[in-house]
Amino acid sequence: MLSLAAKVVCTYRGAMSIWEYANPKKFMQASGTVLPWVAVLSAICLFGGLIWGFFFTPDAINFGATVKIIYLHVPAAMMAINAWAMMLVASLIWLVRRHHVSALAAKAAAPVGLTMTLIALLTGAIWGQPMWGTWWAWDPRLTSFLILTLFYLGYLALWQAVENPDTAADLTSVLCIVGSVFALLSRYAVNFWTQGLHQGASLSLDKKENVSDVYYLPLLLCIAGFVLLFLSLVLLRTRTEIRSRRLAALRLRERLA
Amino acid sequence: MDMGKYTQVVMWSYAGSIALILALIVVSLWQSARTRRALREVEGRIGKTDV
Amino acid sequence: MIALLIRDLRLATRAGGGFGLGLAFFLMVAVLVPLGVGPDPVTLAKIAPGILWVGALLACLLSLDRIFALDAEDGSLELLATAPIPLEGVVAVKSLAHWVATGLPLTLVAPALGLLLNLPSTGYPWLIAAFGIGTPALSVIGAFGAALTVGLKRGGLLLSLLVLPLYMPTLIFGAETVRRGALGLDAATPLLLLAGISLGAAALLPFASAAAIRITLR
Repeated sequence: MLSLAAKVVCTYRGAMSIWEYANPKKFMQASGTVLPWVAVLSAICLFGGLIWGFFFTPDAINFGATVKIIYLHVPAAMMAINAWAMMLVASLIWLVRRHHVSALAAKAAAPVGLTMTLIALLTGAIWGQPMWGTWWAWDPRLTSFLILTLFYLGYLALWQAVENPDTAADLTSVLCIVGSVFALLSRYAVNFWTQGLHQGASLSLDKKENVSDVYYLPLLLCIAGFVLLFLSLVLLRTRTEIRSRRLAALRLRERLA
Repeated sequence: MDMGKYTQVVMWSYAGSIALILALIVVSLWQSARTRRALREVEGRIGKTDV
Repeated sequence: MIALLIRDLRLATRAGGGFGLGLAFFLMVAVLVPLGVGPDPVTLAKIAPGILWVGALLACLLSLDRIFALDAEDGSLELLATAPIPLEGVVAVKSLAHWVATGLPLTLVAPALGLLLNLPSTGYPWLIAAFGIGTPALSVIGAFGAALTVGLKRGGLLLSLLVLPLYMPTLIFGAETVRRGALGLDAATPLLLLAGISLGAAALLPFASAAAIRITLR
């Protein structure tokens, strides 16, 4: 009933197009087949990458054994930002094309993104203790991540607060778009506000020469693992959201009958 | 293996992160199972299966 | 539109309209902080810009839910939405009214509170400039948050959770302007960035706010 609009759009869209998966039924079928594979693959990558990184990499000269933390810290931080970007795209698709799956995918991604942000903050804090001599420093990147956490919290709280699901999807999408602009602004404002302690180059991927292959390869595997983990969790949670929508619709119909 | 003075640091980061990820996975699976069960129950009552 | 502005201002200044509440709160912050931090003038001078800006943010937050909530309750928001003026214009005028009722008084009393907090004398022109330029952004962004939560029963707490992260760039540039001004440094750069935020927010956010109100009223 709720998904009628999306279904109608898809029937008119013709056969093979990506929008076909905006049909909840179609999405459920496709995601049901894909999900186990993605989940298994992400488990393989994560286990492989983390075990490789944890047991089989040498200690770095400056960082000692703490270099092992980057296998969690860097992928989690990347996914925290990418999750928000994915939510932004999904929100735009929902606002423009009114595909319910898109709105629900954005809702499903938010807790995953929040968890990634928390992991990045946690590992950063634990790493900062011996390295910078403090659990927390008001470093631009740390501060930006804290702000990102607050944005995730606000987004989730708005989903929680609005009763009508379509209104909630619309309002959170608007918040996500405006929030993206302000999150970006905060990023640059924070940069302006303080000088950083963060080693930009040594841990970032585009300056590959600074990270030798010994660390780089397991890191890549971990990043792949985190991406796949994110994907499988979003698929799983979107499926749950679609089911609970359908559940609500059926219960409503039952009550009316 | 020897991680010197950083053993605790590395251990705590791995433990904390893995705990967070596992918690998220468990919560997601539990929610999924719960809605699936409820949906199956309602559909059984109505006598119609779709998703 | 002018009639709407006058009506909103009259509602704000009327008894129970919440006018002055924000001001009193602002004063309260400026009194409480020295009591908590201690009377050392050097410390106070150092933290004065931040305290003034955070106080202004919170004082502004107090009256945000009134921007649309009262109108939504008695149904006049629906009338405004169907009125010949575009809803974006209504939002802009209501933000302006909110600024005149809270932001402007805050700007006017800020120097007096600066005295209480021992702000160095070079900071005052920058303080007034930063408040005058920055507080409109607070009203416009706040109106967006109020528009998002207008349909909710208990939107007040959620409103602060949504709006405060959006306030961060304004806070950073505003406080930085005053801080640099107080130290006698050139504060023009953060002030210009602050002006950029205010102008950008005033130009774009009414559209988002109007969209949110339309969604809620649908």
